[in-house]
Amino acid sequence: MKEPLIRVVKKAELGRKETLILRLEAILLALVAGGLFILCLGQNPFVIYQTILTGALRSGMAIQATVKIAIPLLIASLGVTLAFKMRFWNIGAEGQIIMGGVFASYFALFHSGWNHWLLVIVMFIAGAVGGGLWGLIPAWFKTKYDTNETLFTLMLNYIALNVIVFLREGPWRDPGSQGYAKIARFDKNASLDRVFGIQFGWIIALVLLVLIWIYMNRSKQGYEISVVGESQETARYAGMNVKKVILRTMFLSGAVCGIGGMVQATGSDVTLTTAVAGGVGFTAIIVAWLAQLNPPAILLVTILFSILEKGSSVVQSSFGLSSDCADVLQGIILFFILGCELFIRYKFVFRGKGDVRA
Amino acid sequence: MTEQYAIECRQITKAFGSVVANDKINLTVRYGEIMALLGENGSGKTTLMNMLSGIYHPDSGSILIGGKEVSINSPVDSKNLGIGMIHQHFKLVDVFSAMDNIILGSHGRRLNRKSLREKIEELGHSFGLEIEPEKKIYDMSVSEKQTVEILKVLYRGAQILILDEPTAVLTPQETEKLFAILRRMKEQGCAIIIITHKLHEVLAISDRVTILRKGKSIDTVVTGECDEKKLTELMVGRPISLNIDRPRMENRETILKVVDLTVEKSDKTIALDDISFDIRTGEILGVAGVAGSGQKELCETLTGLMVAKKGAILYHKENIVGKSPAEIIRLGISMSFVPEDRLGMGLVASMGMVDNMLLKSYSEAKGPFVERGPARELAEKLIDKLGIVTPGVDMPVRLMSGGNVQKVLLGREIESSPQVLITAYPVRGLDINSSYTIYELLNEQKKKGVAVVYIGEDLDVLLELSDRIMVLCHGQVMGIEDADRLTKEQVGLMMTGARAEEVLGAGDDRVQKSDECMDAPGCVSDEGEEEKA
Ligand SMILES: Nc1ncnc2c1ncn2[C@@H]1O[C@H](COP(=O)(O)OP(=O)(O)OP(=O)(O)O)[C@@H](O)[C@H]1O
Ligand SMILES: [Mg+2]
Repeated sequence: MKEPLIRVVKKAELGRKETLILRLEAILLALVAGGLFILCLGQNPFVIYQTILTGALRSGMAIQATVKIAIPLLIASLGVTLAFKMRFWNIGAEGQIIMGGVFASYFALFHSGWNHWLLVIVMFIAGAVGGGLWGLIPAWFKTKYDTNETLFTLMLNYIALNVIVFLREGPWRDPGSQGYAKIARFDKNASLDRVFGIQFGWIIALVLLVLIWIYMNRSKQGYEISVVGESQETARYAGMNVKKVILRTMFLSGAVCGIGGMVQATGSDVTLTTAVAGGVGFTAIIVAWLAQLNPPAILLVTILFSILEKGSSVVQSSFGLSSDCADVLQGIILFFILGCELFIRYKFVFRGKGDVRA
Repeated sequence: MTEQYAIECRQITKAFGSVVANDKINLTVRYGEIMALLGENGSGKTTLMNMLSGIYHPDSGSILIGGKEVSINSPVDSKNLGIGMIHQHFKLVDVFSAMDNIILGSHGRRLNRKSLREKIEELGHSFGLEIEPEKKIYDMSVSEKQTVEILKVLYRGAQILILDEPTAVLTPQETEKLFAILRRMKEQGCAIIIITHKLHEVLAISDRVTILRKGKSIDTVVTGECDEKKLTELMVGRPISLNIDRPRMENRETILKVVDLTVEKSDKTIALDDISFDIRTGEILGVAGVAGSGQKELCETLTGLMVAKKGAILYHKENIVGKSPAEIIRLGISMSFVPEDRLGMGLVASMGMVDNMLLKSYSEAKGPFVERGPARELAEKLIDKLGIVTPGVDMPVRLMSGGNVQKVLLGREIESSPQVLITAYPVRGLDINSSYTIYELLNEQKKKGVAVVYIGEDLDVLLELSDRIMVLCHGQVMGIEDADRLTKEQVGLMMTGARAEEVLGAGDDRVQKSDECMDAPGCVSDEGEEEKA
């Protein structure tokens, strides 16, 4: 019988220390591989890496820009974490962010005359409700007809995106714009204030982080999420109302993502564009998994991602590299770090080792 | 080398963190021999077998297969060495037929379906296995699934077969069938290791017994020179008594009354057919029946997980049909169902003991937060009280040994001080000592005035422990009688469809049953369960 040269075998559980070492090794490898790529481009890897770091952190302005990238990513990662904890594969964060942005924008556009703080609070709630409802739709179909949430949430992303296009082309089109259609810039009264020169959203994100951490680990509802995620049978046996838990959790998950959309639209963009989510909803999935659904770790991973993002844009401009090169570099680094998860869970056995050793 | 062993383990050691699951274990099995592995829960049996099947790798020590030292790094290595393992929970693809499952993962020339089927039937025939190759796994009973697992191993030409508690979920008849197959395999020169907690099975099937205690191999004895008592002593390390008490309680009152209950399964077949009975405080009601006679549905209906089609369940004269599981829990009706895969319902596998303690009581805490403090205390109390072996209350219960998992489940149910305690198969997979601890716990509950329903398989135990016995067959009640009026044979007959009236005869010695007729516990048991002082 032919045995393959290498085969993949599931590992027994690894200890914390071993896992940590593997992760560190992965980061190191990622840097080496990225370095090789940079060498191929004819640049000095050390210089480039240094530029990524300094580019993201060298000045107050740079740090502000990095944080600005981090805000929606952090919020959306927290949002999907709630759903993932319940093993509900919400890959519709993108759409939920957009709907949060849309709902909040309505007030920003048409009620900009309200008292500033009242308006901010109303926009906040509107963002949460918008995202929440968008998250509720797939959950409702799941509980009612057992539809597949992965596809459902994914499809809703495209619908959400086209809702913006529709609004931009029609009802919300800025009459003042010539040429291509766009939605008007929000009134100053409707945009978020700045704290330390960065939009107020970062405080919202950090407060959400703490709240969600407590919610997941300490609250009864958080406990229900974990049980339902593990086994719905067991949850029913324990007297939980499984449908209610699924609906509630998906509303919350969507609502948190929606807040991300509201913060992005009213804080950073000060208008509503189709790029309000800009892929953050997908990156959030990676962040949530890398952080193993643990809120403090999510913060850490988000910061690293944002540094990489901001830093590579600096590299791009100061070394005249194309944006594609920066993307490839990011891709390589991600590849290794995600790949390392494979090594944590599986090991590779080479042919021959298992045979009789005489 | 004087003799060639099929398997020889030398000084095998395996630790999980601070827990030494196997400590310098020696074990030998010859070809054409059935070796039983005996030990209390958590003594390391499964761990040792998992090293032979490639799931774990020993920290030190060596394994010899057929006289040659080998290194087993994965299940594939193990398979290539001719070792087949049948795990406690089966690893079959549900939507495939038996045949597809059997050939799955085995390489070599693909035969067409017809000759393949013939080959499988022939193979089954040579070992006395009955099988329908085209039947889908999801249509099969537990014992049929097990047959498929065995065939799968035989098809690959395994010479060494390991069975981890194969009989825990089988009826006595199915067990007999399995043993016949094993004997046939033994005649053909296979080496077999079987793990079981039932001593009479060890005595019936094995040639030699190796006893593990707390991760160490204590002794290997020839089965013919042993009896249950000696084996228990070796296993536990001290003599223990194998008697079950049956204290009789005064003032028993009906607390729960089931009236004309009919329940349908999701596929509209009848699970419970117009049954009526009552459950009384201070009493253990034993429920006997062949597996799948409606026991599971009974449990689930009583606890609100399934909805009755007709009839009523009166708890203190109030109908609880239609109440949600949460409401029923609050009324004090508690159920611990130990399913065939043990963890299925009742415990959350990835959570530790502490979080599992919270499962049914978390909502009682005031405010929006769960209270882990009391749960932690409760977990520690259970560890003491039931002798649960675990490195810590936060270790996921999935990593605990099978028997210890069960103690956690039952312990939690009892600690919730229920009014009605329903337990199904609570000693499935428990070692002798723990089983008796469980019987004692149930008796203790009974003495506190709890109404206990005990659904079990072992008729000897049922007859000794229960006050009354209800026999189910195809969802119907065949009869409800005082346990000390019944013999094992009579219950057996009722389980296969005879009515109590027929079995007990029309004769009317329905003398008054009262407190006197209990001075001879176990008198009905006819299988050498004599007093073991
Ligand atoms: N992967 C693991 N991680 C940590 N501890 C483990 C792991 N597997 C087993 N153990 C521990 O090793 C000990 C032996 O477990 P094992 O499952 O081998 O017992 P067993 O003899 O099969 O018991 P049972 O009769 O209850 O099935 C137990 O204390 C268990 O908690
Ligand atoms: Mg075991």
